[in-house]
Amino acid sequence: MIWLSPDESEALRLSLSVAIRSVAISVPAALGVAWILTRRRFLGHTLLDAMVHLPLVLPPVAVGYVLLLLFGARGPIGGWLKSVFGIQLIFTRNGAALATAVMSFPLMVRAIRISLESIDRGLEDAARTLGAGAVDRFATITLPLMLPGLLAGAITAFSAALGEFGAVITFVSNIPGETRTLPLALYSALQEPGAEHAAARLAVLSVTLGLAGLLVSEWFARRVRRMLGR
Amino acid sequence: MLTVSSTKQCGTFQLDVSFDAPTPGVVALFGPSGCGKTTTVNILAGLMRPDRGRVTLDDTVFYDTDLRVDVPAEKRRIGYVFQDARLFPHLNVAGNLRFAERRAARSGRIGFDQVVGMLELQPLMTRRVHQLSGGEKQRVAIGRALLTQPRLLLLDEPLASLDRDRREEVLPYLETLRDRLAIPMVYVSHRFDEVLRLATHIVLMQSGSVAAQGGIGTISLDRRLRAMIDPDAVGAVVDGTVVGRESSGGLLRVRIGSGELQVNAASPPGTTLRVQLLARDIIVATQKPEFLSVRNQLKGIVTAIEDDGASDLISIDVGSGREGGGGGPSILARITKAATRELALAPAKPVWALVKSVALRGVTSAGSPHE
Repeated sequence: MIWLSPDESEALRLSLSVAIRSVAISVPAALGVAWILTRRRFLGHTLLDAMVHLPLVLPPVAVGYVLLLLFGARGPIGGWLKSVFGIQLIFTRNGAALATAVMSFPLMVRAIRISLESIDRGLEDAARTLGAGAVDRFATITLPLMLPGLLAGAITAFSAALGEFGAVITFVSNIPGETRTLPLALYSALQEPGAEHAAARLAVLSVTLGLAGLLVSEWFARRVRRMLGR
Repeated sequence: MLTVSSTKQCGTFQLDVSFDAPTPGVVALFGPSGCGKTTTVNILAGLMRPDRGRVTLDDTVFYDTDLRVDVPAEKRRIGYVFQDARLFPHLNVAGNLRFAERRAARSGRIGFDQVVGMLELQPLMTRRVHQLSGGEKQRVAIGRALLTQPRLLLLDEPLASLDRDRREEVLPYLETLRDRLAIPMVYVSHRFDEVLRLATHIVLMQSGSVAAQGGIGTISLDRRLRAMIDPDAVGAVVDGTVVGRESSGGLLRVRIGSGELQVNAASPPGTTLRVQLLARDIIVATQKPEFLSVRNQLKGIVTAIEDDGASDLISIDVGSGREGGGGGPSILARITKAATRELALAPAKPVWALVKSVALRGVTSAGSPHE
């Protein structure tokens, strides 16, 4: 990246790395939650639905704070992870990935739910009569048919992860080379007198990345629609 | 033998069906829309669970409440052709066929190439599902169901979503299936003409239960069928045997009971032709008529006279030709009440039935087996 400064390219690399990890965490989880919310009726359905959507309406700082309470060194989950697996999330890029995953989770669940609901259940019945068991049906019929929604959701979540600020800075702080992603670098530049030029460059970079993500997502969705003849 | 007896409560709709059908053969579930035909087929396939009941095919029990047997749909090996085809949109035609083939029993006797050949799917193989016409979709769906090596094939109104021409395009394939593969089939339809061409056994369904069942000849005479079809479509359906060709004309001589009909068709001797003798096309005479242009005359005995509104329906046994005979094929004639009175028609009276026209309803079995 010859036209980026070392700091800028480090922030960019870190952002991409955090976003990839974030999507990797949230895809399987969102798939499971979306499946339960679409296909199962149970007590607490509405509560689970509300919990999933909570990050959309909470201030990101509040989400970061809750994560800090749960996953901090003395938090119930954080303490357990540390003592059993030696994993520390606060002040690390994995922690940043967790924070962005939680923030983009509602987007992902929504996208997957919509594509799950649009699948004709009759096709799954047809697969049953052709000898396909439950796992087989999910892998060969349901998953491929919801793939467009799943991937569109993943790309949107990825783009959102690149831009997450509040939850990240609250949970894992702003450590250069570890948790200082693009938005955090941009924020730091704005705090520094005389760094307006650097801030502008980072802003342009963020805009370019976000735009690219949305365009790829749209292009992909269109391509898949054409493939399925819709 | 396919045996079904099941009850199921769906909302306010109560299904209570029970029938036995000989196998192999084509059982038609016939009845008006919303009478429980599709529910019955779904119970057969295992896609719906009855509240109580039993579903067996020959020695295999698929479902039995008392024995606590419920074979899951994916293990029943029952092929299902849905009204809306339900092809997988993310696979092409070959992919849809292979999906079934890969999951089928290895010892299958229906080959991939045989199915492709029989249904003429070769030109469609690389097409995507949305590039197929309605008729083509159904052909692929039929092929896909066959490749599961089914013990039983369910066809739920496979032609209902097609227009007349497309129906005519798919029907011959279904006849081929019936004649070349000894797979028992259950064919759901609310169109009597389709049933006539395909079925060997009919189950008449009405508001969730079985009104009548039996062979096509018997059911074609049944009063309960008449309530479901157009009055002009009422008439006996008889399977006759081709005995030869008439000397002067080009007409086929087809044996019906003890008589013969001349039919404009081309089939080798020995072939079984299914003909429909519409009740409105039959003239009844009490003496052997002479000096008439009507060539098709069957001798018979009146077995019943039924009031059918403005006219009477006369059942005539044309099977024996002998006095006191019976058990042969019967035909129906619709005549005015005045005619019934003037001819003094009554059960056991010998009559001649003049057939004005014979509607050919397909070939039900070939004469000389060449396969």
